[in-house]
Amino acid sequence: MSQARGQNNEAWIELSAIVGPEHLRPATPADAVDAVQPSGVIAPGSAQEVAQVLRYCNSAGLAIIPRGGGSQLGLGNRPRKADFVLSLERLNRVIEHAWGDMTVTVEAGCTIDRLQCVLREHGQQLGADPMQPERATVGGVLATAESGTMRIRYGALRDLVLGLEMALPDGSVIKAGGKVVKNVAGYDLTKLAIGSLGTLGVITRAVFRLHPIRAAIGTYAATLPTVSAAAKLVLAILDSPLVYTGLQIHARRADQVLVHVRFEGIPESLQDQFVKLGRIAGAHEFAECGGEVWTERQKLFVNAASSVICKCSVLPSQIGSLCDALFRQAEPAEVAVTLLAQGTGLTEVRLDAAGLQPLMIALRALRGEVDRLEGTLTVAQCPIAMKGDLDVWGTVKDALPLMHRIKQKFDPGQTLNPGRFVGGI
Amino acid sequence: MNARLVNEFRSIVGDAGLVSGAEQLRTYECDGLTLFRVVPELVLLPASTQEIQAIVKVCHRERIPIVARGSGTGLSGGALPVKGGVVIGVSRMNRILEVDVSNARVVVEPGVTNSAITAAVSPHGYFYAPDPSSQVVCTVAGNVAENSGGAHCFKYGVTTTYVLGLEVVLSDGSLLSLGGKGLDQLGYDLVGAFVGSEGTFGIITKITLRVIKKPETTQTLMAAFNSSSEAGAAVSGVIASGMFPAAMEIMDRLALEAAEAAVHPNYPNCQALLLVELDGSACEVELLMEKVGPICQSCGAWELRLAKSEAERMAVWKGRKAAFAAVGRISPNYLVQDGVIPRTALPRILGEIDRLSSEAGLRVANVFHAGDGNLHPLVLYDRRIAGQEEGAMKLAEDILRLCVEAGGSITGEHGIGEEKKQFMPVMFSEADLDAMQRLRSAFDPYDLCNPTKMFPGTDAKVQRPVAYEPHPIEIAGLAQRY
Repeated sequence: MSQARGQNNEAWIELSAIVGPEHLRPATPADAVDAVQPSGVIAPGSAQEVAQVLRYCNSAGLAIIPRGGGSQLGLGNRPRKADFVLSLERLNRVIEHAWGDMTVTVEAGCTIDRLQCVLREHGQQLGADPMQPERATVGGVLATAESGTMRIRYGALRDLVLGLEMALPDGSVIKAGGKVVKNVAGYDLTKLAIGSLGTLGVITRAVFRLHPIRAAIGTYAATLPTVSAAAKLVLAILDSPLVYTGLQIHARRADQVLVHVRFEGIPESLQDQFVKLGRIAGAHEFAECGGEVWTERQKLFVNAASSVICKCSVLPSQIGSLCDALFRQAEPAEVAVTLLAQGTGLTEVRLDAAGLQPLMIALRALRGEVDRLEGTLTVAQCPIAMKGDLDVWGTVKDALPLMHRIKQKFDPGQTLNPGRFVGGI
Repeated sequence: MNARLVNEFRSIVGDAGLVSGAEQLRTYECDGLTLFRVVPELVLLPASTQEIQAIVKVCHRERIPIVARGSGTGLSGGALPVKGGVVIGVSRMNRILEVDVSNARVVVEPGVTNSAITAAVSPHGYFYAPDPSSQVVCTVAGNVAENSGGAHCFKYGVTTTYVLGLEVVLSDGSLLSLGGKGLDQLGYDLVGAFVGSEGTFGIITKITLRVIKKPETTQTLMAAFNSSSEAGAAVSGVIASGMFPAAMEIMDRLALEAAEAAVHPNYPNCQALLLVELDGSACEVELLMEKVGPICQSCGAWELRLAKSEAERMAVWKGRKAAFAAVGRISPNYLVQDGVIPRTALPRILGEIDRLSSEAGLRVANVFHAGDGNLHPLVLYDRRIAGQEEGAMKLAEDILRLCVEAGGSITGEHGIGEEKKQFMPVMFSEADLDAMQRLRSAFDPYDLCNPTKMFPGTDAKVQRPVAYEPHPIEIAGLAQRY
């Protein structure tokens, strides 16, 4: 469809009428998702407008790609169709920081940085550190379930969300959960929405429970000679009563492996925890280092257009064998590996090589190893040329028919992100 | 139920797994909420997942409603039988299948009790965090169905945070595995959707849980106040100081009297008692606890008592956890409510509850999880006095409306069940409820699993209890009631 024709057709007229012509613009190549080019970008100004846009597109058979900051647009399979990008950029307000209740109500298009900045005024924080916080939005991190390194102490985003407001393809705006920290009234639709990649509805607002920012934060690093020694140390820390708020392995080489630990609390307890950490680590010496090591995950995605980046989930006790296998297979294949394994078992791996063929071989080997461990692997980023032959999600087991039934109930017209999620959803 | 079907069920579960005698069935006519009763057609106590599947397939074929039941300690009538339906009790499936210490995971059958989880991992230095007051009796499957909480949710979260995997039987008899031992399984978070679905999605046959490392130290402080509002102000003070306590609980005069009469925890003799529990590294807990006392005193605390030993700490909690049942000592009947309010609304709402209580001429005992604003007003009444039960129900309803108006919820941990289903429209719009129904119909298109619960508009044909009816063995002179 040419742009000139596109802008005069019925869809443009209808959609302009909903959001106002100044909030509907032609899409550029930068708006493409996995090289699928949408015709326009629409930016509604309220949840009701989002719902009206969805209802119209649903009835007209048009496909919608919801977008926050666009920092995770590479996630998912190539969409079957993309007519309009629905940008949440105008829904960017922090509605209410009820600091006495330790909760916040915020619109989906607000960036994580801005939210944290508002919360900091009262010494509080959202206990999550997703990648690219200056770009990533509340709605985007929820749709992609991108929690970060604090998850090991504060829980995943699913555990921090108290309520959501969502616009559905039938034009309704629904509320799930509530504003209070304990609430079991009705089904927990928030869980269904979080991590659903916008395939059931568009999140327009969220309520989070918050945590206090502690007086002191310290990050400590040790260098270990093998991945298995590092993995063993991580297991020992997990089995201790240490109150860490971050725990990760970072390695580019099999013989030089970093273990990072973060403590938060009052200054006296930081020192106490550091001494106890030393006892657990034995011969491996920890030293204080800068907190920027917790952004290493996000650095994986820098200049990554020709790289493969995978998010793997294995058990903590399997981190050693996963990392071992990675380096063992990578060397002969001439693939460079960077890995970041969180103590939770969630591991990000970046593979770099000259050409697609060795990357594909390394990815297959990695997937084979993860399958052997009964874990999961999602390709979060890969060269566009690879996407055609690859299901980035891998195989969902016996629950897939139920997932299709749920999709059918919420988005029968397949208006939202068609084909990008698991099993063709 | 016709003999052919009874025999078919008998062939699945055997004699030991079938309850069909009229008197035995009455054991299952209600759960912890005794206000509503329905005698089931049949109670089945399967011993395996295969037996559950076989039962459900028969129910599916015959379109017989199914109600799953754990230990029957629920407080909202979630396990109340459905007219014409069968009850499937999971209490015989009570094995712990796997304890994986290095990954802090436990895999259990549905009938394992909450306390048994902690008992299994305690030797390794771990514990299972959700701790409903009924924890020594209630089953994990019941906890999962209700998304149970407890006293330590403020810091540790509720059941849903700890459930990683579920094996379930859907209403057509199919067996499905959701989630797993690892985090972030592919696709929709169906485990998250299932937890708290109150038995309306299917029957849980296996559960994978996360356990956590015991903190180095736990300290519990009791602070005595002249009013619940003062105690509530102290809670806000502790939060404002940037601390994140493991638990903060308030009990008022009536609740204290009841607990004292039942289990003698030796609480200070006061109008309102605040419990503050801090846990974590010994160094930090000791330094922070020194600050909690003065915060409480600045809000009017006139006695502070730190539990000196683990035994003393246990006694403090025993009194708190016994409070509901203990109220039976000071009132012949009572209703337990479970409303939630934003914590900062606490003083205002407590005042409102006082006002409603005196207007209705009924006493209200208050026990609450102050940290997370979860109130448990206990409305005391005497069923034998005409009109009191209706008055108590009206008062309980008024309290729930107050909670919703304050931006809260009608239930923090007990569930909707039969009890509060008519209140769902107070909290949720038609569109919200419709979205829930869509999810329900994806799991259970036949509407066979706990069909009359959770949503308004379905008449469960419940019976209300009448005056005491003697048991047949009493009438026969074989037993006597004291």
